[in-house]
Amino acid sequence: MILVLVEVSPAGGAVETSREAVTFARDLAAVGGGVPVDVVLVGAPDDALAGVLASYGVRRVHALTGPAYDSFSGAAWAAGLVEVRERAGSVVVMAAGTPRGNEVLAHVAARLAVPMAANVVSFGGLSPFTVTRQVVGGAVLEEMRLAERPAVFTVAGHAVPAAPADVPGAGELVVETPTVAEADLVARVVSTEEPEPDLSGALTSARVVVGAGRGAGSADGFDDLLELVELLDGSLGVSRVVTSLGWRPHHEQVGQTGSRIAPELYIPCGISGAIQHWAGCSSAKAILAINTDPDAPMVTRATHAVIGDLHEVVPAVNAEIRRRRG
Amino acid sequence: MNPLVCVKRVVDSSSEVVLTDDGQGVDGRFAGFTTSAHEEGAVELAVRIAADGGGGATVLTLGDTDAVEQLRSALAVGCSAATHVLADPQAYGPADVAREIAAVVRDHAAAGTPHDLVLLGNDAADTGDFQVGIRLAYELGWPVVNGVSTVSVADGVVTASGAGPDGHETYRVPLPAVVTVLEGGVEPRYPTVPGRMKAKKVLIEEREPVTEPVGPSRVRLVLPPPSPSTVEVLGEGAAAAPAVVDLLERLGVLAR
Ligand SMILES: Cc1cc2nc3c(=O)[nH]c(=O)nc-3n(C[C@H](O)[C@H](O)[C@H](O)COP(=O)(O)OP(=O)(O)OC[C@H]3O[C@@H](n4cnc5c(N)ncnc54)[C@H](O)[C@@H]3O)c2cc1C
Repeated sequence: MILVLVEVSPAGGAVETSREAVTFARDLAAVGGGVPVDVVLVGAPDDALAGVLASYGVRRVHALTGPAYDSFSGAAWAAGLVEVRERAGSVVVMAAGTPRGNEVLAHVAARLAVPMAANVVSFGGLSPFTVTRQVVGGAVLEEMRLAERPAVFTVAGHAVPAAPADVPGAGELVVETPTVAEADLVARVVSTEEPEPDLSGALTSARVVVGAGRGAGSADGFDDLLELVELLDGSLGVSRVVTSLGWRPHHEQVGQTGSRIAPELYIPCGISGAIQHWAGCSSAKAILAINTDPDAPMVTRATHAVIGDLHEVVPAVNAEIRRRRG
Repeated sequence: MNPLVCVKRVVDSSSEVVLTDDGQGVDGRFAGFTTSAHEEGAVELAVRIAADGGGGATVLTLGDTDAVEQLRSALAVGCSAATHVLADPQAYGPADVAREIAAVVRDHAAAGTPHDLVLLGNDAADTGDFQVGIRLAYELGWPVVNGVSTVSVADGVVTASGAGPDGHETYRVPLPAVVTVLEGGVEPRYPTVPGRMKAKKVLIEEREPVTEPVGPSRVRLVLPPPSPSTVEVLGEGAAAAPAVVDLLERLGVLAR
């Protein structure tokens, strides 16, 4: 059996990257001769979520419940996964390559004293069990052998598209109340601040997305970009550098650990085009890169480009749009 | 309060990456080297925590002789001691590295300099394993907080916070503890000239690894295939604006 950790959004749905991981697991299960895919999640899933997971071919949904799961603890989540895996005898334990997914599976791997592969993009073969994953910031791929059982790995965000199965699974709900040691609850979240309003729905459905990266320069460098967003009735999407530095909120991030967008036109400004960013924007129908560096990967992989400083190009474009509109 | 902060000498992947012939590593002859942004954040936090607590921060690396450069950089921005586990980092998997760090923590405690707090980057910029800090916590039997950007210590409790999937999250954990850091919470300081001078004089503790490494489970490294470019360059600078707006009209995204 293959066991997949599924992350549930505050709205109660399975996050896209987790559905991608389940899709990956299903392909792997087929290679393995049709072994079942079970998922583990935290909290009680509603009928809609159970239905979605069944449509992804999931056999059982193991729901971790009890006071240990009231707030996040990587060790407690791992304890639950390990308990389910021990009882069910899974040979593979997987998650999405999100912060939570990587953290919880690292706990699982440490507890079981087996290796873990982070950010896997493809599966190589069963014997030996080989995966390919991203290293060196995505500039290099590593083929890695997972000789021990369970094979523990996370799937890089948007490495495969999330797709329901041809044949749905039973999606049988199993309520679990694992025993969690006190020591596993020492490092747990004690407070969560008012979540940022999540507008990523608008970002992922926008016809035009204006992207902004380190080239914006600072938190004050977004005025012209936001004006262009306004003029094109689009959305703003940013690189991880921009969210890490606190210039813009995380829900605007595009990429492997952010949203996947598929607009008619993406206009990345001052974004180099790292593979993790590309994972979120490669489905754009056209890409107009604005960048000072003609050799930036975003420029060479774009359909169109302007070479120059975004703080000069974008205001000029805004002015030209206003001029033509009269 | 003498925090230990762990750093790694990694290739600067913003320049072109070349692999060694055996596909086991990146060819250092063509690369620049650096410390990851996460680890720079961890060093800054360690220095501040040590200063607040009236102690000193120790920087640790496992690496070949060249990695002394990364230790000196951390000393130049305020760490006061350094430990160098001399080993070929490519032969070490994440579990091996965690075991070596744990050995240093135990030996330093035995020698009278306990590190009640160990800070690491959330993930190494080269191997991207996302697990050394967590494995270290299991080696030591300590709690671990993962992926936070601010960390402070008061009255034997570490308070750490960072972005979570549902909002900004805070942890409060009694020492001793392991914390892994993401960039962005603190601005790493620049080394000063006196800082650099002082760093040169610090005697670095050099040690051998305590056990044979099991090794990473690496088969080989490969470069992703280059993607052919079909880009149409519309122009340079502000002068390209009319061509851009022509494109917007052609794609039908300007209609209003
Ligand atoms: C596990 C993992 C997950 C990740 N997930 C994501 C993710 O989801 N999304 C994401 O975006 N990244 C992600 N990253 C980070 C990614 O590797 C890159 O570091 C990041 O995308 C770079 O952001 P950037 O392009 O804004 O900055 P840089 O790489 O620094 O590029 C800045 C670009 O701006 C150009 N520039 C500078 N000034 C100007 C100017 N004035 N005008 C025009 N151009 C200018 C430069 O030429 C350069 O091309 C992830 C990394 C890892 C390891």
